[in-house]
Amino acid sequence: MKELFGNSLFFGVAVSVAGYEIGLMLKKKLKNPLCNPLLISIAFVILVLNVFGIEYSDYYEGGKYLSYLLTPATVCLAVPLYQKLELLKRNWTAVIAAICAGVFSSLVTVFLMAKMFGFTHEQYVTFLPKSITTAIGMGVSEKLGGIVTVTVIVIIITGILGNVIAESVFKLFRIEEPIAKGLALGTSSHAIGTAKAMELGEIEGAMSSLSIVVSGILTVIAASVFARLL
Amino acid sequence: MKYMKQFGIIIAMTLAAELLEKLLPLPVPASIYGLGIMLAFLVSGFLKVEAVKESADFLIEIMPLMFIPAAAGLIDSYHGLDGILIPAAVTVAVTTVAVMAVTGRCAQRIIRKGQNGK
Repeated sequence: MKELFGNSLFFGVAVSVAGYEIGLMLKKKLKNPLCNPLLISIAFVILVLNVFGIEYSDYYEGGKYLSYLLTPATVCLAVPLYQKLELLKRNWTAVIAAICAGVFSSLVTVFLMAKMFGFTHEQYVTFLPKSITTAIGMGVSEKLGGIVTVTVIVIIITGILGNVIAESVFKLFRIEEPIAKGLALGTSSHAIGTAKAMELGEIEGAMSSLSIVVSGILTVIAASVFARLL
Repeated sequence: MKYMKQFGIIIAMTLAAELLEKLLPLPVPASIYGLGIMLAFLVSGFLKVEAVKESADFLIEIMPLMFIPAAAGLIDSYHGLDGILIPAAVTVAVTTVAVMAVTGRCAQRIIRKGQNGK
């Protein structure tokens, strides 16, 4: 089993897709917000690797082709964004103000948490870019003297968490406007949150896509100021 | 031939974005340049939405799958958080909820104010 799958190039993709399909099925059946297809597929892959004793690196031999598509897929986010451009123009003050407020609250909360837990400067700047898209976040972390590998872990966990809890948070804080939902997802949990926004609707998806870009760029500038605080 | 052409356009723009990332000294990744290039082409009318629509929709639909390999890699890499596991978990949870709530409430408030004003 181990040799068979470990050497297969398509095993990584197959097990990932199977995990996601199982997740979609469970979500439909159980209707529980914790039955998140992304979360279930990740757990499924980890489970399969453990049960059959397959190395992660062997899984990634095939799985990397899924990751490879991430850049062209992000480029394609321009399409839903373009189709909602009129809506964006009509609400641009809300859009810009909300993303600015989101980025600011992200940096302030990280600062407060760092103070509370007594983080070192290195740990603090590692967490500063946690809400933005991985590629920009890595650059920010590196420039400010953070631990880039840890930043990547934190960014991915933030994305998955945002994807999983979004619907509960929207209910709790009575966030009902599609534009507001999209901006909240993209600003708090980047592309992984945007995947959730796309499921919610076209407006949510478009606003979330825009938030990845704007919050990413704003964080590059604002994080360098915040880095001096601790 | 429709899909081949569409995919070709998307990959060509991704390639152009990758070159920009290498040439410009900004901390902007290829994916963001690419998104900008694609949007500029659509807005200027050089490219019609129909020329990329189906392939773009497909890539966006399967986007969640693309996060699985990196996320499953956390079983190997989470040791980077050794010693700060609890503080890290609390920081991630609190920040994510805070940003989501603040951004969403802020946008909703301004949108609804604008609607009432009319």
